[in-house]
Amino acid sequence: MTDARALRLTAEAEASHLPHFLARAEQLAGTVLLGEHGRRRAGMGDDFWQYRLVQTGDSRRMIDWRRSARSDAEFVREREWQVAKSVMLWVDASASMQFKSADALPKKFDRARLIALTASILLIKGGERVGLSGTDLPPQRGRAQILRLAEHFTHNTDTDTDTDTDTDTEYGAPEARAMLPHARALFVSDFMGDVEAVKAALAKAADRGVRGVLMQVLDPAEESFPFHGRTIFESAGRSLRYETLKANDLKARYLDKLAQRKEELRHLCSVTGWQFATHHTDATAQTALLWLHRALERPV
Amino acid sequence: MIGTIGFLFPWLLLTLVALPILWIILRAVPPAPILRIFPGVTLLLGLKDEEQTSDRTPWWLLLLRMIALAALIIGLAGPVLNPHSDEIGRGPVLIVMDASWASAPDWSSRIALLDRVLDDAARADRTAALLSLSAPEQMTFQAATEVQSNIAGLAPQAWAPNINTETLATLLPEQGFDTIWVSDELNRETRDDFATLFSKKGALRVFAPEREAIALAPAQFEGGATLLKARRSVAGLTRSVQVEVHGTDPSGAARILASADITFDNGAKIAVQDISLPAELRARITHFAISGVRSAGAVTLSDDSLRRREVALIAGLEDREGLELLSPLHYLRQALQPNAELLEGNLIDILPASPDVVILADVATLAPAEEAELTEWVEAGGLLVRFAGSRLAASDVSRASEDTLMPVRLRAGGRTVGGAMSWGTPKGLAPFSEDSPFFGLAISADVNVSSQVMAQPDPTLAARVIAELSDGTPLVTRKSLGEGQVVLFHVTANTEWSSLPLSGLFVNMLDRLAISSFAGTPQEWDLDGSTWKPLRVMDGFGRILEADTLAGVAGEELLSAPLGPELQPGLYESAARKMARNVIAADTDLAEAVWPAGTDVQPLQTREETPLGGILLSLSLALLMLDIVASLAMSGRLRGAIAGIGTVLLFGLTPADAQQDSFALAASSELVLGHIITRDTAIDNTAEAGLRGLSQTLFNRTSIEPSDPIGVDLEADELAFFPLLYWPITQSQPTPSANAYAKLNEYLRSGGMILFDTRDADIARFGAASPNGRKLQTLAAPLDIPPLEPLPQDHVLTRTFYLLQDFPGRHTARDLWVEAAPKDAERIEGMPFRNLNDGVSPVVIGGNDWAAAWAMDRRGNAVFQIGRGFAGERQRELAYRFGVNLVMHVLTGNYKSDQVHVPALLDRLGQ
Repeated sequence: MTDARALRLTAEAEASHLPHFLARAEQLAGTVLLGEHGRRRAGMGDDFWQYRLVQTGDSRRMIDWRRSARSDAEFVREREWQVAKSVMLWVDASASMQFKSADALPKKFDRARLIALTASILLIKGGERVGLSGTDLPPQRGRAQILRLAEHFTHNTDTDTDTDTDTDTEYGAPEARAMLPHARALFVSDFMGDVEAVKAALAKAADRGVRGVLMQVLDPAEESFPFHGRTIFESAGRSLRYETLKANDLKARYLDKLAQRKEELRHLCSVTGWQFATHHTDATAQTALLWLHRALERPV
Repeated sequence: MIGTIGFLFPWLLLTLVALPILWIILRAVPPAPILRIFPGVTLLLGLKDEEQTSDRTPWWLLLLRMIALAALIIGLAGPVLNPHSDEIGRGPVLIVMDASWASAPDWSSRIALLDRVLDDAARADRTAALLSLSAPEQMTFQAATEVQSNIAGLAPQAWAPNINTETLATLLPEQGFDTIWVSDELNRETRDDFATLFSKKGALRVFAPEREAIALAPAQFEGGATLLKARRSVAGLTRSVQVEVHGTDPSGAARILASADITFDNGAKIAVQDISLPAELRARITHFAISGVRSAGAVTLSDDSLRRREVALIAGLEDREGLELLSPLHYLRQALQPNAELLEGNLIDILPASPDVVILADVATLAPAEEAELTEWVEAGGLLVRFAGSRLAASDVSRASEDTLMPVRLRAGGRTVGGAMSWGTPKGLAPFSEDSPFFGLAISADVNVSSQVMAQPDPTLAARVIAELSDGTPLVTRKSLGEGQVVLFHVTANTEWSSLPLSGLFVNMLDRLAISSFAGTPQEWDLDGSTWKPLRVMDGFGRILEADTLAGVAGEELLSAPLGPELQPGLYESAARKMARNVIAADTDLAEAVWPAGTDVQPLQTREETPLGGILLSLSLALLMLDIVASLAMSGRLRGAIAGIGTVLLFGLTPADAQQDSFALAASSELVLGHIITRDTAIDNTAEAGLRGLSQTLFNRTSIEPSDPIGVDLEADELAFFPLLYWPITQSQPTPSANAYAKLNEYLRSGGMILFDTRDADIARFGAASPNGRKLQTLAAPLDIPPLEPLPQDHVLTRTFYLLQDFPGRHTARDLWVEAAPKDAERIEGMPFRNLNDGVSPVVIGGNDWAAAWAMDRRGNAVFQIGRGFAGERQRELAYRFGVNLVMHVLTGNYKSDQVHVPALLDRLGQ
């Protein structure tokens, strides 16, 4: 009985999160669609129709009788963009992504999953198949997939309920298993962990012909390093420590290293044909999305 | 000066030893780090700190803590500044006091000291006795509390101790005792002996003040000025004291007549200053005093030596011009000149100057008016001295009956002795009798009289003679008349009849008659045989008291005997003469007290015991607070706090001036219409929108280009910037404060205009019973508003820009009230309007809710519906026109009214 009750409570809590999160993602997606609408070139949309003469092999059911009736020939109505692409998402849910430097800012993970979910809404609306990299949620199309993705992301946020094991790890490594060949990929993370893991994942993806986007989500504090005095820095998972006596002295060298890390990632992307961008949690998600939309739209 | 410091718990100071140990311990502990979660730590790994600061606590922080701790320890040890330690010996305590005039200035601290000493004695259960050296009495040792109850009544004497050692020895008891001697600062010969005497009996401690005694010597009259001389006991630094001259004003009230600064030069013990005072003022001086010093020594009484009597000299006919030595007044002048002010002239002219003495030299008859005035003057206390002469001898004055102004009747002719035609020799003077004012004066043998007028024998004659010749004939007679007296010298005032005017006796006689008075110290021979009655005496504090029942003093004692209970310093009187005996004689020297070597001398002014523990503990606490801040700063946690404090300061301290300034700038850089804030949001918004609409209309149609209207808070904002204030009346608005009313009145007086809007269409007709009307009445009651009248048809408001006859707003009531036109306003022949040529109405009152009609939102759309259809729009247009006219009226005043003269002017110019 208590189990049922607990389950019910959890479900209610989940349900209360989900619509909100979803709604925000939908809303965001709506703004991007609206913003992109006027700029669309003729012939590029998915509501483009083409009529062609019936060829051999076409079934009769495929004939568009209304069109055919206006002429002597028989036409088939067909959509140009028939084969949808698969987009694989990976959102880093590790401990380091749970960081936020100020109460007014969202956690890095919150921003990351918002971007990822909104992107998937846009993609699914655009007819793409979206799924998670790895084996958890293979790419599918349709609204139901949005719900499934949302559910997945929501689960991973709740560090309290601890349903997923991702948050236990200090820094996430990109999931590059079970990549569909020639698919697209979107990796959202802070990429603060071991760069070798990213390198390996990208190499694997490149092998399979997968192109994609690395989106680095950083907190403003990680960019500005606003610390002073004697400080012990701990990683979010408490496994790494670093003690300094004068934190302000470190600033320049830290920023150097950060720039170095970004450069490394950018280089990695250019080698593998991926694209790289950095997003800060104090900026609006929309800027990231616009960039992402264009990046993913880019022909292979 | 810093006195000694004692500790209540000195053993606590031992813990100070622990401080160095603590130093070493504290040194090794660095400030605690802050723990921060930071994902970017991976990037930090491998970085090294460039410099190893903050490893140890910085020395200044350590020092801060050490001082805080030291202050804590010392504070707890109970430090006391100037701890008292008055205990001496164990036996009975004899308290010896000089109690002289020199003790008077700090008498209260002496009493306080006595109180404390006796307190201590009472605690130690010792007996005590009190001995005043200035007024010694046989003493007995009593319980200290018993003695203590008497000390309140002690007072310093106005003289110095003059007891000698033998007398003192007899007063002292046999048994041993400890002595506390509360002394003054002056040296006396007896000090050493007394100290030895006391030391034999037991321990001796002397309390002597650490200051110089200051005193004022008697003032002297020298060379036309009053000479003041101050003395002090120590030849110290330059010091200036103020001497006040006390006296009576013409009505007799005590008053300070003048004051002068006397400056002691560095190292000088005497300071001299002369004051020049007019004779009238000088005559009223009672005493001199050093201001701020309560001591008999600082007061010196003035007596006759300072007075210069005014003597009127009037001679009979002076027809022998140029014969100075034969002039009847010559010898009188010579005798009186040094010591008296001489007045010469017409008797009638002189008497109003109220001279002290009038001398008539050989004046026989007086005019009746002169006689009457002179009699009146004598009866009021004047002294009339007459000298005989040939004219008097030849006249019939006082022949048959005694003349009022003659002391005796005269025989006809007089007599001449020792001349060529007479027998006998010139007569010498007989010794003066005891009741004569001249008693005591030596008679010189060379004075002889050859001629005189003779007194008629008379029963009263014997009593009236005060000097006679050797043959018993009267030489000087005197009678009293009213309060004054009349004296007749039976000889001439020149040497015609006698050699008296040539002798020194003449001067002394005049002096005894108080005609003249000596400047300078009177000599003993001068005072021999006289008895002086004390008039006023001084106490030790220099207060001047009535002498009441004190006994008289012999003249020679008055001059030189030491002061004491029998001869107190004060003002003495004998016959008409007054003499002062002061504490300080002209030659008294003040010297600093010198104590025998080895005497325990303590300062008199004991400093207050001040516990310092509290101060040190507070200091410690303050330092620890500082330490908190410093520690936070060291570990880098202060930034947030500083930012917080900074923010608070920024918000809290935004200067009101700046707000005022920005308001003034906004209101005055452009023309701005203002509305009074009523605290009713809807009304205020309407008013603002209305004024915005009006401003917009003005901008579009006229050269007035106002910027956005401003809501005016009557209590806080300056009104002077606004040409027009729109004041919608609401039931609920608060009555402005008195201050705000003052501002409003100032605004109205300086040319501002307020448009009151009751917004009720004036349904009840103005001022009657509508609620808003009543509210307006209460609001406007304290305002300085002139008489009002309903707007006349020819008011300038009807034509300042548009020609208007109605002033609708949202309502269309007709009545609008403005300042009443002057009564004498008349219509000039041929003019359409009266000549209302003055001023702008300070108020316009109506009820048409104009703001609603004017109201415009930011896009320029009307906010409220006015009327219906086109008629409504017309009404709104008229409302705007009224607004335009109103603002024009405010800004241009009676300009349009002046325009009515244009036709007449043109006509006169012949156009």
